[in-house]
Amino acid sequence: MIPNVQANPQLNSHGELIHLLSIEGLSREILHNILDRAEPFTAVAEREVKKVPLLRGKSVFNLFFENSTRTRTTFEIAAKRLSADVINLNINTSSAAKGESLLDTVDNLAAMQADMFVVRHASSGAPYLIAQHLAATGRDHIHVVNAGDGRHSHPTQGLLDMYTIRHYKKDFTPLTVAVVGDVLHSRVARSQLHALVTLGVPEIRLVGPRTLLPAAAAQMIPGAPLRVCNDLADGLRGADVIMMLRLQNERMNGALLPSTQEYFKSWGLTPEKLALAKPDAIVMHPGPMNRGVEIDSSVADGRQAVILPQVTFGIAVRMAVMSMLAGGAQ
Amino acid sequence: MKIAIQNGRVIDPASGLDQPTNVYVADGKIVGVGETAPGGFRAEGVLDASGCIVCPGLIDLSARLREPGFEYRATLESEMAAAAAGGVTRLVCPPDTDPPLDEPGLVEMLKHRARQPGFAHVHPMGALTIGLAGQRLTEMAELAEAGCIAFGQANHSIIDTQVLMRAMQYAATFGFSVWLQPQDAHLAKGGVAHEGAVSARLGLAGIPVIAETVALATYLQLARETGVRLHIRRLSSAAGLALIRAARADGLAVTCDVTVNHIHLCDDHIGFFDPHTRLDPPLRSAADRDALAAGLADGSIDVLCSDHTPVDDDAKQVPFAEAETGATGLELLLPLTLQWAADSGVPLPKALARITADPARIIGIDRGCIKPGVPADLCVFDPQGSVTVSRERLKSQGKNTPFLGRQLPGEVRYTLIDGHMAFSADRLL
Repeated sequence: MIPNVQANPQLNSHGELIHLLSIEGLSREILHNILDRAEPFTAVAEREVKKVPLLRGKSVFNLFFENSTRTRTTFEIAAKRLSADVINLNINTSSAAKGESLLDTVDNLAAMQADMFVVRHASSGAPYLIAQHLAATGRDHIHVVNAGDGRHSHPTQGLLDMYTIRHYKKDFTPLTVAVVGDVLHSRVARSQLHALVTLGVPEIRLVGPRTLLPAAAAQMIPGAPLRVCNDLADGLRGADVIMMLRLQNERMNGALLPSTQEYFKSWGLTPEKLALAKPDAIVMHPGPMNRGVEIDSSVADGRQAVILPQVTFGIAVRMAVMSMLAGGAQ
Repeated sequence: MKIAIQNGRVIDPASGLDQPTNVYVADGKIVGVGETAPGGFRAEGVLDASGCIVCPGLIDLSARLREPGFEYRATLESEMAAAAAGGVTRLVCPPDTDPPLDEPGLVEMLKHRARQPGFAHVHPMGALTIGLAGQRLTEMAELAEAGCIAFGQANHSIIDTQVLMRAMQYAATFGFSVWLQPQDAHLAKGGVAHEGAVSARLGLAGIPVIAETVALATYLQLARETGVRLHIRRLSSAAGLALIRAARADGLAVTCDVTVNHIHLCDDHIGFFDPHTRLDPPLRSAADRDALAAGLADGSIDVLCSDHTPVDDDAKQVPFAEAETGATGLELLLPLTLQWAADSGVPLPKALARITADPARIIGIDRGCIKPGVPADLCVFDPQGSVTVSRERLKSQGKNTPFLGRQLPGEVRYTLIDGHMAFSADRLL
């Protein structure tokens, strides 16, 4: 037999985090460690001087091969609050395809004494390629943070979602969580699922039409308590946490879905549907929201929504991750 | 030159011969097999094959040489050196060169370029449609005269089933074989990995098994309707294999092959997005892999091929979905056959049949055997030896293989092509 043993490139030989590429493969201890570390950073934002010197003198390169103003901005704010120097690079993928290769770009930036790459890329696994390349060329002192790769992973989003759940619900182990919408194309969903499973959530529902769920959705994480629900009411009944996913424009009309109207009718979160969940259920969304497509405005702005706190916590969580990777011992 | 290959265990799957004996070669042909040399034979050279197996040179039903058009990926010289080092003495090259092998002149040129001492015999597969575009038929009769042994589309589908049916009818008129890879272009659209738990977890767009079975069911029905001789290339799934078995049970004379990658690896081996595992068809589930390995053992699958596809580093050192498909394989065909035989408990003669006598039967030639009168295409290998796959060791210009770093059984000692020493491990010492 040809064995299959590959070392997880985001951990060093001692099992410590050197890159953040995915939540998959991280222990419950590491996840709580990151969330614990984020706690004091939420206070930094309340201060007159919103800065701590943990990354002073370090250079963080925001390497965005796919446009995203929002995520890039939150990483930029997080790095600046840690006193790092931040360089933003928006690299249009189509022009990159014509000219410089991904690894040539990485080599050039590494030569500019980068300490950290925050990478967003349209292809699943691109940050792994970068981390493996840095390791193969003896430059693994440069840390890689995945800011979203294709459909694969968006680990800081997953972590900030866990921070939010822990903040409101304290304990993960009695929770029923519904993840609603386009799971098939969602890197956010994949990160959430790995985190929820690792943190001990006993029931996770994947809710959506069959065209937007992976073929092997319930088996995608071996041994995980995943349940597929092709009915929104079924998915929401008795849930403690509802995690809505964004529906991308290009998927709204075509072979996956007939129309946004029909989607909203079947899968949109309205006050009536929300009433099926527990009375103290929280509603989350990674943003940006499509009001009237996946979520009704009265829910998005309602008392159960924790969508804006997610954004605030996101900065603290990204500060925690960056300081953990590049800031040395705290 | 007269050569005596002495003291080896001679295995000829075609005749069932398996015993320690000698093989005698003169003027590029085998002139005798046995303890005593044919009358008047006086060896000018002796190869000591003690501890080694002497078998027919391997025949690879799918090996890309990358000429013409992709010389930056590989050249005839580099890939012929790889073939010889791998014990491969005869190969079929698919038509997806640039330009594709859709004109007799291109085929003649390739055959001419390949006709050099120490180079494996090359059998081009002609394009079934011009430019592999799936619209207009090629001049199959002319192409066959130029040396094409079959017609196919390489990795390209014919989307228009009317064209496909006419291509089969036309080929059947002349008795030509059509070799097709079953993959429905629409169902596979955008996909880069087997649709299953692994692709769901890694966020890779899936190619469902049904992309194979839908196309295969169509091909089988068209073959029955047109009477064409159909060979299915690179089967990837248990469900596809079941369709082949059912068609055969129903009397259809269809044959098929599988690649060394697909009987040893599965989607789990993608690991952390290893671009070397980006293959066409995709590596499927462990259950599919096991079914293919078993199907090759019980004869449901006729042939094991390397599907040799050298890809340059620039086209592999990119994110998984953007990586070119394919893996280098000429030098791994024998070791991976031996590994499969050991894993599956298949006796050596039967295992070697899948890479010698069986592919010769599919091509329709009286080769891949050891008997007086045939060209002396022979492979002498040490079954106790092993190779560790490394970039340095690979003679192919393509260093792209998921087996890099792995130790595999078997070590080729000598490769003879038309009695010419195409490869000798001794020279490496």
